[in-house]
Amino acid sequence: MSTLTVTGTQSRPHAPTTATPQTTTAGAGTQRLTLAKAINLGLGAALEADPTVLLMGEDIGALGGVFRVTDGLQKEFGADRVVDTPLAESGIVGTAIGLALRGYRPVCEIQFDGFVFPAFDQITTQLAKMHYRTRGKLTLPVVIRIPYGGGIGAVEHHSESPEVLFAHTAGLRVVSPANPADAFTMIQEAIACPDPVLFFEPKGRYWDKGDVDLDVAYGTSTGGGLDRARVVRPGRDVTIVAYGPTVATALRAAEAAAAEGRSLEVVDLRSLSPLDTDTVAESVRRTGRCVVVHEAPVQYGTGAEVAARITEACFYHLQAPVLRVGGFQTPYPVARLEHEYLPSVDRLLDAVDRAIAF
Amino acid sequence: MTDIASTEPDLVQLLTPTGDRVADPRYDPRVAHLDADALRAMYRDMVLTRTFDTEATSLQRQGELALFAPALGQEAAQIGSAHALAPQDYVFPSYREHGVLHVRGVDLLDVLSLFRAVDYGGWDPREHNVQLYTLVIGSHTLHATGYAMGVQRDGLVGTGDPTRDTAVIAYFGDGATSQGDTNEALVFASVNEAPLVFFLQNNQWAISEPTTRQSKVPLADRGKGFGVPSVRVDGNDVLACYAVTAEALERARSGGGPTLVEAFTYRMGAHTTSDDPSRYRTSEEEDSWRRRDPIDRMRAYLERIGELPQEFVDALAAEGDAMGVRLRAGVKAMVAPSPSTMFDAVYATPHAGVEADRRWFAEYEAAMSPVAGSSEGSTR
Repeated sequence: MSTLTVTGTQSRPHAPTTATPQTTTAGAGTQRLTLAKAINLGLGAALEADPTVLLMGEDIGALGGVFRVTDGLQKEFGADRVVDTPLAESGIVGTAIGLALRGYRPVCEIQFDGFVFPAFDQITTQLAKMHYRTRGKLTLPVVIRIPYGGGIGAVEHHSESPEVLFAHTAGLRVVSPANPADAFTMIQEAIACPDPVLFFEPKGRYWDKGDVDLDVAYGTSTGGGLDRARVVRPGRDVTIVAYGPTVATALRAAEAAAAEGRSLEVVDLRSLSPLDTDTVAESVRRTGRCVVVHEAPVQYGTGAEVAARITEACFYHLQAPVLRVGGFQTPYPVARLEHEYLPSVDRLLDAVDRAIAF
Repeated sequence: MTDIASTEPDLVQLLTPTGDRVADPRYDPRVAHLDADALRAMYRDMVLTRTFDTEATSLQRQGELALFAPALGQEAAQIGSAHALAPQDYVFPSYREHGVLHVRGVDLLDVLSLFRAVDYGGWDPREHNVQLYTLVIGSHTLHATGYAMGVQRDGLVGTGDPTRDTAVIAYFGDGATSQGDTNEALVFASVNEAPLVFFLQNNQWAISEPTTRQSKVPLADRGKGFGVPSVRVDGNDVLACYAVTAEALERARSGGGPTLVEAFTYRMGAHTTSDDPSRYRTSEEEDSWRRRDPIDRMRAYLERIGELPQEFVDALAAEGDAMGVRLRAGVKAMVAPSPSTMFDAVYATPHAGVEADRRWFAEYEAAMSPVAGSSEGSTR
């Protein structure tokens, strides 16, 4: 008899599927931190709480990442858990899949948005489908962190917004924090999530500061969960739907509009997959008008999806078509032109004017 | 006939095509412990793998399978390497490794669920330490590398305990050596000294493209540039395939890092049942390889050493017949899953987008169905 008999499942010395709530930052209270530092502390908390968590990426060790988001983590947790990888994005994600199959929770850093495409096949064809193909027998708790968006004066391929390409792919969750407090909790929620999560970090906001409650334990949820949108500024006249880097733009626009007596409500989507239609629809039923703003090109973008859903959910409440403000159907332009390309406060207010005048 | 040893002199070979045992000081010790039962077990698994191929091909011709990819001619490479694995080792197959799966105890009906298009394989990868088939060429070599990096982190390399030390094996073909992912896997495995065996079945053809369209050098030579030790083996010699794989697995388990094994073999059949090899290769070539049939070789060897009794041959034939009966009945009994299952397991935790589609579909089905609930499992 030659057939090998394999008994039991493979050993997984440290493979908890549910995270043990604890955090290195417990007792630290609320501090004013940059978004980059908030992610750094969130990653540290996850590494501390769960020995299966690994960080993988290019230059994330001694250098601390090109944006220093992983600063100090290799020194604290060692080179086996904060891993400088060969310079190959498909290899990073492909090996992360294998590590996840063995019971680890890899968190991959893609250095810049425009560098994710060598890994696109592994993300969309392999990572996104593995749970489905195995009929749920295997889970793939892989997080892929991608600094995205423009406005930093970078050279080409360093300012793109490819999030919709992943939101269009079943099997992936796609989220983006817009402020330091969310960045701290959402990165930990993403790591604790059993599904693959694409975690888009608004690099233009890395140095924006905000209050962060550091006592939130790893694996626990605040703000309604990773899936939920949130009204970040209440208003009456127009609902502005934004996420990631454009939430701050929307808040500035709302401030400017208030000076002219217009009341804008700002919804931070936080998650693109799933998309929290209910929170947006509830807002639009009150305001009757909706403008969606993102840096990614408008055509086939998140705005199109929001517009379609809102039209279906709130047709009789709408006073105007849902309008979109965002990138043009061009490659991301040279940085000397990016402020003409990116959605600005003025372009957003122009859309608000059109929505009100309709 | 010309022995492959004369045209490919660096191939490890323990059995000639006519079943003569040739001495090899390096690899003889690797097979010295194999008694007649172990040798017959390899022969049996090769024969049953071919039986499976024949049955599955027939089922496709009868319209019971959408497609089938036969392993015909690669039985020695698959059975020899698979027999060298330990239970705790983990296998990342491509999509033609039916013989490997058979040895690991995966129900081959599960493989046919993929080719009948009712499932993606269906076996639990953790039960036999065999991942599902990967159809995109080369992608799984990276998964195998990452898995091996996990084994390292679990502290299951180089402990000296043969029941704990663990290796990973990735099966892929000559075409896959051109894929970026395979090359990245060699980089990652090498620099991490991952406990991994890259088992390359060079069956000479990537659908219609010969190996000369993939490489200017013998494929095993690719390993050198990555710092991965490599070995070329006569892929139609089950003993040699066992021996080189056993050595590579031992290197991996003991902390010596990855090895690239090039098993030089031949895809005797079509790429899949949709392929037509007569458009791109000659019958002379096919005939020359038919004379190197891996099963004939092992049979000749067993007969030569007087270890192939008629009772064994008869019992094996009966076992093959029973396999055929079971496969035919099992395949025909596989029905399409209920349409509502397409919404299952897209995510591990509920996702509003999928749930909205699930609800819509259920309501649509209910509205279209004359009797509520009767649409489950129906075809439209």
